[in-house]
Amino acid sequence: MIKFKDYVRAQSLEEAYTLCQKKRNVVLGGMLWLKMQKRNAGTAIDLCDLGLNYIEETPEEFRIGAMTTLRQLEKHEGLNTLTHYAMEESVKHIVGVQFRNVATLGGSLFGRFGFSDVLTLFQVLDAKVELYHAGVMSVSEFAELPRKTRDILVQVIVAKKNAAVAYQSMRNTATDFPVLTCAVSYDGSICQCAVGARPAKAVAITDTQNLLKDGITARSAEAFAVWAADQFTYGSNIRGSEAYRKKICQVLVRRTLMEAAEKVESKSKELHNEMYREIHEEIHEEIHSEKKEI
Amino acid sequence: MEITMTLNGKSITASIEPDMLLLDFVRSRGCLSVKRGCETANCGLCTVLMDGVPVLSCSTLAARAAGHEVYTLEGLQDEAADFAVFVADQGAEQCGFCNPGFVMNTIALLRENPDPTDEEIKAYLAGNLCRCSGYEGQLRGIRAYLDQKKEKEG
Amino acid sequence: MENKRKAVGQPVRKKDAMQLLLGKPAYVEDVTPSDVLVVKVLRSPHAHALIEEIKIDTALKVPGIVAVYTYKDVPQKRFTMAGQTYPEPSPYDRLLLDQRVRFVGDAVAIIAGEDEKAVDKAMKRIRVTYKVLEPVLDMHTAKDNPILVHPEDNWKSLCPVGADNRRNLCASDVDSHGDVDAVMADCDEIVEHTWRVQPAQQAMMETFRTYTEMDRYGRLHVISSTQIVFHCRRIIANALDIPKSRVRVEKPRIGGGFGAKQTVVAEVYPAFVTWKTGRAARMIYTRRECQIAGSPRHEMEVHVKLGASRAGKIRAMDVYTLSNTGAFGEHGPTTVGLSGHKSIPLYTGGLEAHRFSYDVVYTNLQASGAYRGYGATQGLFAVESAVNELAERLHMDPIALREKNIVREGMMMPAYFGEKANACALDRCITHCKELFRWDEKAPVRDMGNGKVRTAGLALAMQGSCISNLDVGSATMKLGDEGFYNLIIGAADMGTGCDTILAQMAAECMECPVEEIEVFGADTDASPYDSGSYASSTTYLTGRAVEMACEELKNNMCQIAAGMMNCEVSDVEFTGDGVRRLDGSGFVSRFDIATKSMLNNAIAAQTTATHCSPVSPPPYMVGMVEIELDKETGKVDIIDYAAVVDCGTVINPNLARVQTEGGIVQGIGMTLYEGVTYQPDGHISENSLMQYKIPTRLDMGKLRVEFEESYEPTGPFGAKSIGEIVINTPAPAIAHAIYKITGVWHRRLPITPEKILMSMEQKKSGSGE
Repeated sequence: MIKFKDYVRAQSLEEAYTLCQKKRNVVLGGMLWLKMQKRNAGTAIDLCDLGLNYIEETPEEFRIGAMTTLRQLEKHEGLNTLTHYAMEESVKHIVGVQFRNVATLGGSLFGRFGFSDVLTLFQVLDAKVELYHAGVMSVSEFAELPRKTRDILVQVIVAKKNAAVAYQSMRNTATDFPVLTCAVSYDGSICQCAVGARPAKAVAITDTQNLLKDGITARSAEAFAVWAADQFTYGSNIRGSEAYRKKICQVLVRRTLMEAAEKVESKSKELHNEMYREIHEEIHEEIHSEKKEI
Repeated sequence: MEITMTLNGKSITASIEPDMLLLDFVRSRGCLSVKRGCETANCGLCTVLMDGVPVLSCSTLAARAAGHEVYTLEGLQDEAADFAVFVADQGAEQCGFCNPGFVMNTIALLRENPDPTDEEIKAYLAGNLCRCSGYEGQLRGIRAYLDQKKEKEG
Repeated sequence: MENKRKAVGQPVRKKDAMQLLLGKPAYVEDVTPSDVLVVKVLRSPHAHALIEEIKIDTALKVPGIVAVYTYKDVPQKRFTMAGQTYPEPSPYDRLLLDQRVRFVGDAVAIIAGEDEKAVDKAMKRIRVTYKVLEPVLDMHTAKDNPILVHPEDNWKSLCPVGADNRRNLCASDVDSHGDVDAVMADCDEIVEHTWRVQPAQQAMMETFRTYTEMDRYGRLHVISSTQIVFHCRRIIANALDIPKSRVRVEKPRIGGGFGAKQTVVAEVYPAFVTWKTGRAARMIYTRRECQIAGSPRHEMEVHVKLGASRAGKIRAMDVYTLSNTGAFGEHGPTTVGLSGHKSIPLYTGGLEAHRFSYDVVYTNLQASGAYRGYGATQGLFAVESAVNELAERLHMDPIALREKNIVREGMMMPAYFGEKANACALDRCITHCKELFRWDEKAPVRDMGNGKVRTAGLALAMQGSCISNLDVGSATMKLGDEGFYNLIIGAADMGTGCDTILAQMAAECMECPVEEIEVFGADTDASPYDSGSYASSTTYLTGRAVEMACEELKNNMCQIAAGMMNCEVSDVEFTGDGVRRLDGSGFVSRFDIATKSMLNNAIAAQTTATHCSPVSPPPYMVGMVEIELDKETGKVDIIDYAAVVDCGTVINPNLARVQTEGGIVQGIGMTLYEGVTYQPDGHISENSLMQYKIPTRLDMGKLRVEFEESYEPTGPFGAKSIGEIVINTPAPAIAHAIYKITGVWHRRLPITPEKILMSMEQKKSGSGE
């Protein structure tokens, strides 16, 4: 277990940032993975007093504080509506409720773990990460930062874009680390697809081959999946071999695409129904007012 | 360092090592129901409620819990007994070592969702491992409790 | 008779149920002091090495460190940690600490200090120079390998089990009946393959843990999470080379055992520290230690050759088991026996000849031990899979094939030590389960769309009830003030509920409510001798001892009462409430007899009975599983698992049911994902519950368990055992269902999604099995 000499609840981001410049010091997220490290650290820097546990909604975006727990993401109506419950799907298989009540978004992203479900999903959400010192950058840029980056993750910003999002993962048992993760967002023309736990960390690709130019159908999804599976690199660990991962990558990408396509469809149906209802109400009102007039 | 927190309804102040885990802290304060079953945050045996939310005390610093309200099973005996008798009537407690964590998380579940479906129960309790019972008896117990509660409430 | 029973057969709540559910202190770490020496063990990073130099001086300088012990400090008499009746079949191949380390995780030094931080710090400061030796890591090449795991001269085998340390052999034997080769040559169909079961971990929620102190008589008092207090006493005394009389072992509640705690895994280390320093000490195994230096299932490869007629009569079975005991021989010579003795007899029906032979080899891997099923699990995976394969080959319904061949009540079982199946409802279990599960609807392979396919598989199982002619069960019954009873046992309730079950039997005998029986166990100073809770023996063996003790106590109470009523004992009868004169002219209550027993009385109001059985009656079981297999990922979901068990008379239907459900889920985990992977240097990858995945409640589908009772004349109230058999059906049943969908027989556990998918691909490309 990790050991440390001091514990400080930072009272400002500046204080946290200054403290974390020291190599021996360590910033606490949920402390789940950190705890398992065998090291003697200097000062543990806790961000829990900085008010970073929030999910704010503006007309354009969601702002999610770094100390927001995975469980809060899972239960958040706004984020789930935006992502068609891909948010819930991406975290609900992680160990258990008690775990997700402790694990933080900041910790999950900052670790840039290969197995991260969260990183996989946020790769396709047009999300931006705000670091105290380095400022705002895309999640994929952030994911590529050197591991030793000494900065404070403040919040994650998710733009409200009108795209269907789907998330699927393959796990050997229900709450195990994934063998492979896949997230897709599709707005009717642009498709983003991220695959993680390869076991390297998630990366996203887009449909540069225009395989989906005529929309997502069983056939185009298959073609895209075959192509996409070739775009990623894979490795082996005790959960699955390189060859197996590559094989199921095709399956997962195809299925996630199809799920996203269904969501687009049901969303347009919803819109259609809504329009119909509005028109209906208008007509109704008109008739009503006409009646009044008579 | 010195911390103050509310443990099972009582305000306590204690001097601790900065890297002491909440699990070890509450045990040192006599809350022996809280168990350690692994070192990797996988078993759920150490579940306590912090500000009403179930958390793994093996992965929470005592220092971070300072200023918060922590409940262990010692402080929720009546609320636990309410449904635990139904689990006992199934014989599903078995070796009992996982019971406190399971009971604490069930309390959290029932506070959050007083009328859960079987699927919701399983999903909420997925982080509570049990090697003896095969889980089915625990589910039967909770279900029996919910059924009689509904009956009572008419 | 049955319908008159008041306690036996009732779903009585476990005596400690509410205490446990409400989290009251009950386990070693709860009921022993915390301000004692913390004991930890430095473990070998090498699979095979000699310690050339070990420097402990800087470690000893760490503030708070009380002692560091190395191989130079320990007694030089070898012993075994296996909890078995003396003389143990397991070889005496261990020292507390040895100059030769034999697996990654083997003990190198014992460190004792005032607190954990000091001990951790000191551990880092111990400097060991190893001479790294080539290890024996492959069990196939272990026998007669020039590299010896135990080259030492003082290695000793106490029983004729075919052990030979100069050949890396822990045991070896052949047993046969009839001319197997001749019958086999005459068979129309031969199924012949090798099946492998991994060294799966019990993964009980409470890790190994022990507290030790010197008591007021200067004896070593051990409070440990153990299934075997009496064996534990002997083993500790052997390890420390002190008289047995100097040791007292007691167990509080046990947080699960499943056989793991039938081996003395943790006890010897704090015991040694306390004996040397005189100070109380405690050792709490980490989960990691449990995973790498525990006592898991023996890895076995079971080779089965099964011969049958075209009409589906199973005529001959030839089973060879290669068992890997790892670095030490705990339970090595005995587990292997069950792989044949508790699989072949299932097909006593038409079997003309059988042979069962085995080798148990030493390797430089984690030592194995006892795990629920104890070899039968491994054997049944093989034999049941072979029978399922035969059914598929003959295009015969696997149930119909079973019905032609199974053992039935009254049959003599040549493959089961010539015992007679006195009580056997296996035929009824099959019929019952077929209906409960709706086999005919679920057996066909059904396409569910999106790559998902469903079907069903099945398997039978048997086990034993106690070790015949060997193990001993005892019980003491004592009448107390106001007429309540103490039941004192040496068996260990490890969550199984034996305290309650035995109390139910006592209540039945004494015609009183179960609440009036107070149970105590187990303590070597206070309990009557009992081998301990293992080998599916407690209900059957200790249960019978309870019956006997009760009979004696009733007699004694009648004698006391006769004295009180001034009549002969032949004039009175026991009524439960008290004792009455047969002619109706007098009655004394239990309350008054109890009072009298403590006043001017010389007749014992406590009795002890001891029992040993010449037979080990098998319980029987059938399990049927419905799975959904994702043909695109290889993922298997358990949809439904139905099981019907014949454990003789069911003493407590709740507890029997939960035992069964728990065993099935453990079996599912072992079948599908509980992997144990050795790295090339002998390290185990699955060294935590993060990597060693046991089933969660989302991984098990729906379970349905029912019973078909039989009446075992030698058991208490007709009971047999249930604790172990329940883990045996999932592996062959699930493998059967996977075959029906994929066309591939998986013969190596665990059967992971990857193995399933890749084997399907191989089959498609024509290079499959």
